[in-house]
Amino acid sequence: MSATSPPTAADRPQPAPRRGARRTPRDHGANRAFRLVSTGSGVLILVVLAAVAVFLVVQAWPAISTPSDELADAVSWFPQDTSLLEFIGPLVFGTLLASALALVIAVPLAIGIALFISHYAPRRLAQALGYAVDLLAAIPSVVYGLWGAIVLVGFVHPIWVWLADVLGWFPLFAGPASDPSRVLLTASVVLAVMILPIVTAVCREVFLQTPKLHEEAALALGATRWEMVRTAVLPFALSGIVSGAMLGLGRALGETMAVLMILSPGFVYSFAVLQAGKQQTIAANIAAQYPEAPPLGVNTLIATGLALFVITMVVNMAARAIVARRKDFSGAN
Amino acid sequence: MDRHVKLSRISRVGTAVAVGALALTLTACGSDDPVGDTAGSDGSASPAAAESDLSGELNGAGSSAQGAAMDAWRAGFQSANPDVTVNYDPVGSGGGRTNFIKGGTAFAGSDAALADDELTDAATRCSDSDVIEIPVYVSPIAVVFNLDGVDNLNLDAATIGKIFDGKITKWNDKAIADQNTDAKLPDLAITPVHRSDESGTTENFTEYLKGAGADGWPYDPSGDFPIEGGQSAKGTSGIIQTVEGGQGTISYADSSQAGDLGTVSIKVGDEYVAHNPEGASAIVDASPRVEGRGDADFALEIDRTSTDPSTYPLVLASYDIACTTYEDRATADLVKGFLTYVVSEEGQQAAASAAGSAPISDEFRAEAQKAIDAISAKS
Repeated sequence: MSATSPPTAADRPQPAPRRGARRTPRDHGANRAFRLVSTGSGVLILVVLAAVAVFLVVQAWPAISTPSDELADAVSWFPQDTSLLEFIGPLVFGTLLASALALVIAVPLAIGIALFISHYAPRRLAQALGYAVDLLAAIPSVVYGLWGAIVLVGFVHPIWVWLADVLGWFPLFAGPASDPSRVLLTASVVLAVMILPIVTAVCREVFLQTPKLHEEAALALGATRWEMVRTAVLPFALSGIVSGAMLGLGRALGETMAVLMILSPGFVYSFAVLQAGKQQTIAANIAAQYPEAPPLGVNTLIATGLALFVITMVVNMAARAIVARRKDFSGAN
Repeated sequence: MDRHVKLSRISRVGTAVAVGALALTLTACGSDDPVGDTAGSDGSASPAAAESDLSGELNGAGSSAQGAAMDAWRAGFQSANPDVTVNYDPVGSGGGRTNFIKGGTAFAGSDAALADDELTDAATRCSDSDVIEIPVYVSPIAVVFNLDGVDNLNLDAATIGKIFDGKITKWNDKAIADQNTDAKLPDLAITPVHRSDESGTTENFTEYLKGAGADGWPYDPSGDFPIEGGQSAKGTSGIIQTVEGGQGTISYADSSQAGDLGTVSIKVGDEYVAHNPEGASAIVDASPRVEGRGDADFALEIDRTSTDPSTYPLVLASYDIACTTYEDRATADLVKGFLTYVVSEEGQQAAASAAGSAPISDEFRAEAQKAIDAISAKS
């Protein structure tokens, strides 16, 4: 990036327009300014990322280096006889569980909506629907939180009671369903609604990019509309679906206000998503405890934030890896 | 410093003076005295004759429970003293005490009195003088519940403790029914709701359960609810909304926020007493001061076991903490003026209408005023 290329003969008649060439005869004035601005922007992203990472490590360090019994003495909500890792563990678990459930709810829905928009709906309806889905993304998360905590919690309660009655043998739906439904599943439903727009938008774009020839070939071979989608569109779009889902997951992992307002937190490893006071997410826990936290408590919270940072990086890298591997098979190239 | 400035409403006149006073207040270096001469010069326009010569900026931080009351006090004090800016950063009680001890603020708001080691540090910060702690914000805590057809319940502290401890799980439990022979109690699960964030309300509630609840509550008082799991919510508004959102829920909250929810009359002596401001200020008068502290220190051991039915022992008492001796005269005068206003009848009424707190009694005011009058600058 910063390597200055060897001084190419500036006045040679046909400078090969090589990608990455730095000094071309016209690299001055606006060209040069634009190159510097865009390079600077690119560098800035890395600098910000590095600064955040450094901040997290530096600020988390006192909590990491302090013995856990001292931590428990200094920070009232830090449990006795627990190491920092044992404290962060259930939070990581809760964060992943909430986000995974949100994905499970949102991704099939998003694929359905995107397919409808790209392959089934009449053009005008498709446009209107696409616009409506995008609008969902414009609603601030705190509004989702309020809506979830005031409206949805009451609305889903009978459904959760029914789920616990009928599917209570399944660990996820173990009863009794708490009243009010300030439980993880409610929070996950709201998270699912929140990530729906971005997943849908990405899916819609890749579905629309399916080569027309593939689709027509499938139809010409006698495939029905569904078979065409299954054999031509979905395989082509798989990497796009995965990256859309991962973008959604990234948002769900870090979502704070909605979870904070909806969930009754707890700190155990529990799959019982219909019971209150079992799980908590990292972001919501930071927001809940930060205002009254003593200095060492702030360090502890930042240590959990560091864990979230690492998780998000791992998730994104995993997504990249999946997308990169699938690219060869997708026919996109 | 930015944090305080951001919160402030810097008056037109006072800007320059305020900046000087801020520098002096925060650094306490005292090498030269930019404020001393100008401090009393231009108060002629002020309506309140007594404090009209005050000017400058006063910084405090601490309890968020006092937040609403503090807004009323700041507004009232600043309109009486147009050249004064009072800043209050509701960072939380712990943060407020730390800031004060480190000398970052001139006074602190705190839901708990200073601990012994904090008191030592605070005395050092106050030029080795006594520390003033006055319970300026007294607010009854209501035990609220949501149960169709029941508006009021009579419960003793032990029963309340067992309910929140999960030992009593049904509304028609004998322990509840015996105390409420008239109420129609359903065979419904009780859902206790507690604060998920650390809070002075939780601390005072658990202190009451521990003090008055005898065997019903085995846990030590704490700002964090001691029992893991169960329903919980952040902040008083979250609590109220959660209680309203379910059937058979019960929780505790600042009484001004109880709204239409059913409330519990707690057993005091032989009677059941509903939450009321007069009872809250009465228990402050009746409670002994923590022993071994200075004359100006009104740290209270709230008498949770009071048997006098004119008192309501489930209260939150939040303190304002200040020094009796400050490095410079300007700060001393400002603190003295502000605290005088806070404990005054006018100030306490302002807090009562803004935050629903219980005004302190005249007797207590007289005692507190004596301590405030003793505030002085280091000679």
